[in-house]
Amino acid sequence: MQRFPCPFCGPRDETEFHFAVEAGHARPEPAGAVSDAAWAAYLYEAASPKGTTREVWLHLTCGEYFLLTRDTLTRAVNASEPLPGVAP
Amino acid sequence: MSGWRHDSLGAEIDRDRPLRFTFDGLSVPGFEGDTLASALMAAGHRILGRSFKYHRPRGLWGLGAEEPNAVFDIRHEGSYLPNARATLSYAQDGMQVASVNAWPSARRDAFGLLDLAQRFLPAGFYYKTFMRLPWRIYEPMIRRMAGLGRVDPDYAPDADGVQISAACDVLVIGAGPAGLAAARAAAEAGKTVWLLEDARHPGGALRWRGGEIDGTPWRDYARDTSQAVEAAGGRVMTDTSLWGAFDHGAFAAWQRGPRPRHWRIRAARCILASGAIERPLWFADNDRPGVQSAEAALHHLALYGSLPGRRILMATDSDHSLPVARALKDAGAEVTVIDRRAEVPEATGLAQITGAGIEAARGRRGVTAALVKGEEIPCDTILCAGGWTPSVHLWCQAGGRLDMDEGRDMLVPRPGTAPMTVIGAATGTLDLAAAVAEGLAAGAGKTPAPKAPKPRARAPLRPDPARPGRQWLDLQNDVTLKDVALAAREGFTSVEHLKRYTTLGMATDQGRLSNFAGLAAMAALTNRSVAETGTTTYRPPFQPVPLSAIAGPARGALYHPLKRLALEEAHRAAGARFRDYGGWLRPSVYGQGDEAALAQSEARTARTTVAIFDASPLGKLEVIGPGAAALLDFTGYVRMSTLRPGRARYGFMLSESGIVYDDGVVLRLGADHFVVSASSSHVEGVRFVLEDARQDRIGRASVFVHDVTQAYVTLTVTGPDARALCRAAGLALPDLPHMGVGEIAYQGARLRVARISFTGDMSYELSVPARHAQTLRARLDAALAAFDGRWIGLEAVMLLRAEKGYVLIGKDTDGSTMPQDLGWDGPRARRDDEYLGKRSLFTPEAASTARRQLVGLRVPEGGQPIRTGAHLIPDTGLRRSLGFVTSSYVSPVLDRPIALALLEGGLQKIGQTVRLFDDGVVREAVVTAPCAYDPEGERLDGRA
Repeated sequence: MQRFPCPFCGPRDETEFHFAVEAGHARPEPAGAVSDAAWAAYLYEAASPKGTTREVWLHLTCGEYFLLTRDTLTRAVNASEPLPGVAP
Repeated sequence: MSGWRHDSLGAEIDRDRPLRFTFDGLSVPGFEGDTLASALMAAGHRILGRSFKYHRPRGLWGLGAEEPNAVFDIRHEGSYLPNARATLSYAQDGMQVASVNAWPSARRDAFGLLDLAQRFLPAGFYYKTFMRLPWRIYEPMIRRMAGLGRVDPDYAPDADGVQISAACDVLVIGAGPAGLAAARAAAEAGKTVWLLEDARHPGGALRWRGGEIDGTPWRDYARDTSQAVEAAGGRVMTDTSLWGAFDHGAFAAWQRGPRPRHWRIRAARCILASGAIERPLWFADNDRPGVQSAEAALHHLALYGSLPGRRILMATDSDHSLPVARALKDAGAEVTVIDRRAEVPEATGLAQITGAGIEAARGRRGVTAALVKGEEIPCDTILCAGGWTPSVHLWCQAGGRLDMDEGRDMLVPRPGTAPMTVIGAATGTLDLAAAVAEGLAAGAGKTPAPKAPKPRARAPLRPDPARPGRQWLDLQNDVTLKDVALAAREGFTSVEHLKRYTTLGMATDQGRLSNFAGLAAMAALTNRSVAETGTTTYRPPFQPVPLSAIAGPARGALYHPLKRLALEEAHRAAGARFRDYGGWLRPSVYGQGDEAALAQSEARTARTTVAIFDASPLGKLEVIGPGAAALLDFTGYVRMSTLRPGRARYGFMLSESGIVYDDGVVLRLGADHFVVSASSSHVEGVRFVLEDARQDRIGRASVFVHDVTQAYVTLTVTGPDARALCRAAGLALPDLPHMGVGEIAYQGARLRVARISFTGDMSYELSVPARHAQTLRARLDAALAAFDGRWIGLEAVMLLRAEKGYVLIGKDTDGSTMPQDLGWDGPRARRDDEYLGKRSLFTPEAASTARRQLVGLRVPEGGQPIRTGAHLIPDTGLRRSLGFVTSSYVSPVLDRPIALALLEGGLQKIGQTVRLFDDGVVREAVVTAPCAYDPEGERLDGRA
């Protein structure tokens, strides 16, 4: 059972969290200007790196999305921060 | 009958407190303090079980969790525990103990003849034999014969297992000398230490070997350590199996005993001192009862005074086991040491045969002789001292890697590959003083220095394929050296394949005795080193743990607690029957008798006069703020910014892949105030979609989302007399059009009225704060009789909505349904702003005319209802699925079956006859619009 730090609530068990998306995965817009390939890439292509990754997670109990930097190999959690522009 | 009890030895038994238990029906004496293993050995029982595959007689091997053979089903004082290890189970007066995998008893087992068929039961026998034949014929037979312990279907342990979550600074696993030293040092440094031990007492091998720790007699050291640990706020727990090491310092432990507890421990640091297990030796028929671990014999002698026999051979290749032979000799047994070394220390005072090993065991139901240098030596016991295998399971569970230490002939932890410090025998340190030094250093927080390599003294002990006869590697799963050779010949040379093909190491002992020999044998057969061959993956549990301990109270109704209605008791009093609908316990029907008939009758009332149902689980997500309209425009398929205050609009929420995720009505109460009625089972999910858009797009300062679902009770009054009933109940209904929303005062609170219809008839959704639910219900209930109305359950509501062709997301849609497939093409065609899932609605796939679309189906006059799930099939050509029936009912008002289906190109097929494959029968139906009842919507305004 991993333990993740919510920037608002502190360390909690992983069952309280949901993965949302890899960080920096910008939504291509407007729809009319986005090719099928670009949209498919947005929907289905993830980097899924072996090693350090930066991801958006949701803390289900407080409802806040936040940025988590972790290592997929060692399971080390390196950083946890609110979305840009939000004070913890 | 060769085991016996010494008349004075036995440090842990109380001879003043005798007891009796039964083993396979025979009465067995013992003393307080005995394990089942020591009592059975002392009473002379040798055959304690039958082997898994061949039903060969098997006796006791070991002294702890590694025991592969003496596995029992234990019944005592109303409790029942299958697959318990005799070595870890304490004898108690009146216990009923039964051997496993034997019938009627281990002594006389009816399946013993299977061993004669061993030639025909090689590794992979099941895979090879039962592939072509019908498995369902063999399965029950094989299942009956497979497995070890029996489950008693009549025994259900109480769902009251205590579960405790805890945290500590330092977790020390194993209270042998190294673990004790580590715990002591850490506690003295002020740390909160938890010291866990699988056995009954701390001390490890010193319990039977004796000795000093850090200059103090071990008993005193253990006692002082317990005091130091407790004084520093820690805990010492014995009889506790640490069975799993998980991420981020999480561990699971099962504390056995009369009041078992299951622990989840989060440790800042972990010190693993799990010790080592004595390795067997390999010779023909090395599985016979009477062949035992040498260390286990000393354990049983010193702690319980139990000896396995009177004429004992001990095979070894080191000095480490000489104390075993000496102790047995001193206790009165005749002992001969068979030493593989040509040069041995002098003056051991023991009979010795040097430069030799055991080649074969003789005797079928127990050892009668051993073959040494080609000569038969009579004996009743063969003790094996084949070296040591460090217990690295927990290290590997935590992600640790292993290195082959050639000098010590062991796989040892590679430092730095797992977040644990390993000390003592678990890392190959068998020397007492060195192990204690490692413990003290680790406890003080130091990282151990890398070990100096040890030169190899002689060729390692290995199974020898050149020898005749069957050499057993895995006693619990009946795997021999020949099985490994067969696997190698057939190409299963990877250890993971070897394991699955031969089942080596897959038994409940987790391969403690067998894995090393198996992989060493495979390495030799394939000319690879042990390191190259590698090890299989270690997974929890390290020891069998009752599922009831892991589950604790989280069973049955507590496993997934249902949400309950505020008015549940009132509904129950009115005769409601309840069922789980999407996580809510809701009335299915009211009254006694056949549920389907009741639902028909309730639905008929709702169409004729008036009915009330409890719609409280319907989601109520308040979206408030200047950004609310923009938020809902983005998250919804249908625009809500154009909705006027005081009105409601039906819409969908799509996923980014364009699939319909939820549907529901959005109410606009004011310019900046909306209420989203998410489906009752989707409230959480919809809330997080709204939060996502709020936090990452619209801006968290301009809009707030609140889930107030459970703060309100919603009662829906539906039917031609709906308005009249509400007025008769004293509610001053505002004048609302269909899809109008208003509020009235109600007992100092506000009652929200929404004219929203899920049934097709005039409906009023009345929502009040939950504290006013009882009075609202009572008022409406009192008015029902005058209108010949009634309360209706969810079954009738489902039927009413199906008559109207109203979908349930997830039932009438699937993971490929887009809004245009439900006939909602408008926003897709017209909206030019961004919304969730928009781009996905314009892919070639989304534009296809062959998409599965929602339609109604009508069977020919007099036809039976079609089963939900029946597939639509083409008229000609290869049979394939064109879609399937999603909902099917008999409509009481139409007096015929109705059905909804997803059908390829369905919207183009309305009016056509299609074929269905309905549970083996091909039938026909006519495609219709989804709405079967009142397509013009004339009933929405109720009785004039």
